[in-house]
Amino acid sequence: MIDDVAANLVPLPVLLPLLGAALSLAVRRSPLLQRVTSTVALTGLVVVAAILVVVTDRQGPQVLWVGAWKEPLGISLVADRLSALMLLVSGVVILVVLIFSIAQGQEDDETDTPMTIFHPTYLVLAAGVSNAFLAGDLFNLFVGFEILLYASYVLLTLGGAEQRIHAGTTYVVVSLISSSIFLIGIAATYAATGTVNLAQLAIRLGGVEPGVLLVLQLCLLTAFAIKAAVFPLSAWLPDSYPTAPAPVTAVFAGLLTKVGVYAMIRVQTLLFPESPLHGLLMWAALLTMVIGILGAVSQSGLKRILSFTLVSHIGYMVFGIALGTAHGMAGAIFYVVHHITIQTALFLIAGLVERLGGTTSLDRLAGLAVASPVLSILFFVAAMNLSGIPPLSGFLAKIGLFHAGIEFGTPLSWALVAGGIVTSLLTLYALAKVWSQAFWRPIAETPAPAEVAAALASGSVGVPADVDPATARTTVLTETPSTSRAMPPLMLAATATMTAVGLVITLAAGPLFAYTQRAAADLKQRTPYITSVLPPEVRR
Amino acid sequence: MPPRTMAELVLERLAPAPAAGEPTISSSLAPNLVLVVVVAVLVAAGVFLLLDRSLVRVLLGTLLIGNGVSVLFLVSGGASGKPPFYGTPATEMSDPLPQAMVLTAIVISLATIGFLLALSYRLWQVSGTDNVPDDIEDEQLQELADLDEPSATFDVGEESTTTSDELAEERS
Repeated sequence: MIDDVAANLVPLPVLLPLLGAALSLAVRRSPLLQRVTSTVALTGLVVVAAILVVVTDRQGPQVLWVGAWKEPLGISLVADRLSALMLLVSGVVILVVLIFSIAQGQEDDETDTPMTIFHPTYLVLAAGVSNAFLAGDLFNLFVGFEILLYASYVLLTLGGAEQRIHAGTTYVVVSLISSSIFLIGIAATYAATGTVNLAQLAIRLGGVEPGVLLVLQLCLLTAFAIKAAVFPLSAWLPDSYPTAPAPVTAVFAGLLTKVGVYAMIRVQTLLFPESPLHGLLMWAALLTMVIGILGAVSQSGLKRILSFTLVSHIGYMVFGIALGTAHGMAGAIFYVVHHITIQTALFLIAGLVERLGGTTSLDRLAGLAVASPVLSILFFVAAMNLSGIPPLSGFLAKIGLFHAGIEFGTPLSWALVAGGIVTSLLTLYALAKVWSQAFWRPIAETPAPAEVAAALASGSVGVPADVDPATARTTVLTETPSTSRAMPPLMLAATATMTAVGLVITLAAGPLFAYTQRAAADLKQRTPYITSVLPPEVRR
Repeated sequence: MPPRTMAELVLERLAPAPAAGEPTISSSLAPNLVLVVVVAVLVAAGVFLLLDRSLVRVLLGTLLIGNGVSVLFLVSGGASGKPPFYGTPATEMSDPLPQAMVLTAIVISLATIGFLLALSYRLWQVSGTDNVPDDIEDEQLQELADLDEPSATFDVGEESTTTSDELAEERS
């Protein structure tokens, strides 16, 4: 009886936001009702996810065959420890960012963004993310990806300003290509095995020829690596993220790439446990970390710096996946949880900085520490957390990964540990630069915005590299430097909550790490997943 | 014979009595060469169009690739047979699962067309052309490289003030 109830909870993280989206479309004339609908739906998502975390930890994976079709045929939704944890973290992030955007909408009278579209789309995005985490077969995983991608296309091009259209074009085309590769992978997998159910695939792929297996694995990994922004498939990310509205960038940065990482973890552990690609993934991880962070160091716009650190830190998660050991996986999962929260917090802070200073270009920002001490403290804590300063969760996550890397003991894994340490230091350098320029520097030392705008307009300096190109372009086009706007307390509160979640992860690191280790052990064993999805008579 | 559900029929079709110890892989999977060639041509033409600057051509390219992949699903479904209606003997009907998946993929590609058309129309509205523009960041880097200058955030130390222009002067 209890089991049935728990299993019936599994589809709710997809259903609640979808129903909420429909409802908020229906009440689109009333902003208040829309806000209430979205908040209620997403709060429900967080509650269900929290229950699932407890239930899966105590009773093992929960499975629901949608529509009660016979076992290997229908669509299964599966929540195991990994899925439940990802659902909970993403639910919290989505809810907090919603509150941030509601506060922003209230403050700006919702004139500059079409908020009637925002709420339904945002909820659909939440449904897509949940569906991807719960999918029990490859095709449903694909559908989950498509749901969240289409919602993200709309959110990214919200308002249809020229910059956003340009950024959106890159993003849409790249995503379409990755989806096509994913579909090819699914078709090939079906041709080789006659199923797309993950649990069945786990059994049947064992009998497939190694060459065919390698092709399938490469197809799927390429598709996921594009979505997760793993080098050399990461160039699209820093171009497309910074132009979107602050809450949208925050939720994209926190979640979308991590869905790709989740898919990589799932496929690598369940379908290809004897992966011959450890070396390739390790090289990808190393290059992602180092090249990504070098990009961040060379940038001078806050949002672009954060986008590059995002790419770079995906490398840490791929590092854990590439090792393929239980410790590596546990480290990767812990890192995902840490990184989702802290990267979202940093992007929310960047949104507030943009409001307060009118720009995110480091060359024109100054004196923020005087202007808003609270924001400065939030940035400082989040930045130290991301760079991995002890005793914050970033440090603990990196220690977990380095421990797994040293345990692995090959020269390449040592190189990865070294690369990870260098990346961590360079992250500190890049963020310290932000701190000293934007927050600590007295205002007197900056060139007046009017001078910069005049120089740009006269064309004497072209578009100088010291101005964030996005800002430069608007400045040139409009010739009115954007002005500073008030920072509503609710926005600040949402940002503070996100930073605080990072601290909670630090404080609860012991139990959380134990949980991720149990999740990783499940993944390595594979049997808990397979036996709970498939009854014995169809296990072939 | 008791009436069987659709699910049982499909299951029967999918799993023709596996040999003991062998993994179940459908035996009727020698791919149809014509379909494979069609897939190759569609995807190749699609990739060619994707590389174009005009967004409308990119749209056509993604459409062709999408259709190519849909045909690939037909290939993956094995030999063709009777339509999978309720009551068709399992051995005679074609595999309905890839068809269900293709149907979903087609619906998704319809959404793609709609969105990309709107996007390229909007791009044409704001910039007068539907060409994908150069990246500003790339152009700046190119300019800096032409001017032979470091980026603004580069810390110029005391020992690194010599530019390559000066070096060139010294040499000449």
